[in-house]
Amino acid sequence: MASVAVRTTGLGKWFGEGEARKTAVCNASFEAVYGEILYIVGPSGSGKTTLLSMISGILKPDAGDVVVDGKDLWKMAGDDIADLRLNKIGFVFQDYHLFSRLTTAENVAIPLILKKMDWDEALKVALHYLEIVGLKDRAELQPVKLSGGEQQRVAIARAIASNPDILIFDEPTASLDGDTGRKIVEFVKTNILNEKRCIIIVTHDSRIYEYADTIMRMEDGKITRVERNGTQKGVVA
Amino acid sequence: MPGILRIALKLLINDKSKFLALLLGITFAVFLMVMMMSMFSGILKRSSSSVLNIGAKIWVMDPAVNNATSSIPMPDYVLSSARSINGVKYAVPLYFGGALVKLKNGSYQAATVVGLDDATLFGRPEMIEGNIEDIFAENAFLVVKDAEFSKLDRPAVGSEFEINDNRGVVVGIAKAASSGLFGVPTLYTTYSRAISYIPSARYTTSFILIEPKNDADTPFIQQEIKKLGYQALTREQFVSKITDFYTFKTGLGMNVLLMTTISFVVGLSISGQTFYTFILENLEKFGALKAIGAKGGELVSMILFQALFTSVIGYGLGVGLASTFMILAKLRMPDYAAQISFPILGFAFVMVLVIAGFSSYIGVRKVLRIQPFEIFRG
Ligand SMILES: Nc1ncnc2c1ncn2[C@@H]1O[C@H](COP(=O)(O)OP(=O)(O)OP(=O)(O)O)[C@@H](O)[C@H]1O
Ligand SMILES: [Mg+2]
Repeated sequence: MASVAVRTTGLGKWFGEGEARKTAVCNASFEAVYGEILYIVGPSGSGKTTLLSMISGILKPDAGDVVVDGKDLWKMAGDDIADLRLNKIGFVFQDYHLFSRLTTAENVAIPLILKKMDWDEALKVALHYLEIVGLKDRAELQPVKLSGGEQQRVAIARAIASNPDILIFDEPTASLDGDTGRKIVEFVKTNILNEKRCIIIVTHDSRIYEYADTIMRMEDGKITRVERNGTQKGVVA
Repeated sequence: MPGILRIALKLLINDKSKFLALLLGITFAVFLMVMMMSMFSGILKRSSSSVLNIGAKIWVMDPAVNNATSSIPMPDYVLSSARSINGVKYAVPLYFGGALVKLKNGSYQAATVVGLDDATLFGRPEMIEGNIEDIFAENAFLVVKDAEFSKLDRPAVGSEFEINDNRGVVVGIAKAASSGLFGVPTLYTTYSRAISYIPSARYTTSFILIEPKNDADTPFIQQEIKKLGYQALTREQFVSKITDFYTFKTGLGMNVLLMTTISFVVGLSISGQTFYTFILENLEKFGALKAIGAKGGELVSMILFQALFTSVIGYGLGVGLASTFMILAKLRMPDYAAQISFPILGFAFVMVLVIAGFSSYIGVRKVLRIQPFEIFRG
């Protein structure tokens, strides 16, 4: 049995007050384990991003607990949560959020610099990760000079540069064409995933379902189904 | 430099157009503030030039006098009373007045005439040419070589002119520590000649200059003069009285204050606005940094550093620009009165820090408020 990276119990989040109150996530309990890729799928507005944010220490839940790597996340102090994000969690945002005023290598080095690594050392490590994603020759370019798929790979390099245990992707393929999207996820599965890593991917994209170990389906803020090993291949969300 | 500040710096200066706009705003504000204050301080210094040039320790005058060039003559008994005050080493009269000089070429020029006590020549200027003793010669005058010197047709020893229909001869050229404000040349002569050449009312003593036996006697002397109905001021007190007069009673100070405030506000709004847009444009990135694990304090230090960096450079450019401007202006116009001083530089620096503080404050508020969740949601 693989060890648990993230466990939530009865997680809930509401927005608004009184009449306007809306439930974004309701009573969500699930586990994500090391060595696997977990997909979270579901229609727009079903609460996927809200759920991701709560398990990564970005959004405080209104109900329930999140345990990350054995620690009760929301019982921790703000700066400790920030440290946990820095050290344990890597993010790939939907629209990358790369710094256009920095070079590709500097972008990748950011988490290392935040970890107070020496500048030159951080850039050296960044180069190593750019090499892993096959972009070593673009190190000195600004990210805007790269294609969408290349920028996505830079974002991945940045997410893995601090060697996090948990990688979180929100819609990694949404702004890529089908082929590029597939290649990126395939790359993640073969090169980034290992038995000490847990990867959580939110996606709408049914073309990449085959790379999941577990697919968790959400509707109206509730987890409606959890399936193992991509047996639902080809199902349209 | 910590890596996080290096990132902040790169984000700032790699955004060239914004960085330039920021620098421009601050440079402009500093330039204007320094110029305004320097011009004012130059004017103030000149307004007390006579007091500085004469160099007496105590000046006695009518209490209504508020600058050296418009004196109210005092009766002779004040002088004799002053001489009998305990602690007075000596007291001498000084004549200060205006006269009309007719130059060799037939044109007229207003001039200030300073009449020095015949017995002591107290307050005598430093000589560049000629001998101070020659002032006792017939019709003798000394010309002060200040910025106004040329208005007397650049006289030399031996040059002649008419002064209020009397003959005048230049017997020496004197040095001036500080030029006057009013743009008229200064002539020195003896007290007795001054009062006989220049028509005056019943009283002739413009000021009485006192040298105390001991600086500690000054308060007592001031007290005794006050009993006579007159006022005795130390040199510093007189200078600050003149300064206050120009600052508060002529509208000059108010206008300069207003202009300085306007330059400050203009600079503040340009830089504040630009910095704010800069932060807004980078807000997402700051949000992403927060999501990645940057702490609030780190983001604040980035913003403060950016604001401070821009401000210090803008300050340097502004001060440099103002100095260059003043040097060039002085090359073309020797009369140009502006002078930069450390208090002015200090004040401008404080104002720049206020601009930086204000700009970063709005930036910091924005950045601390962003929810990475909003960034995350896209
Ligand atoms: N800050 C907020 N204020 C109010 N409502 C919000 C807020 N954030 C999210 N919601 C609501 O919560 C629900 C879940 O939003 P969420 O972004 O998690 O959905 P999602 O599944 O990620 O959708 P998508 O696939 O479009 O990204 C939505 O109905 C949304 O409108
Ligand atoms: Mg979403």
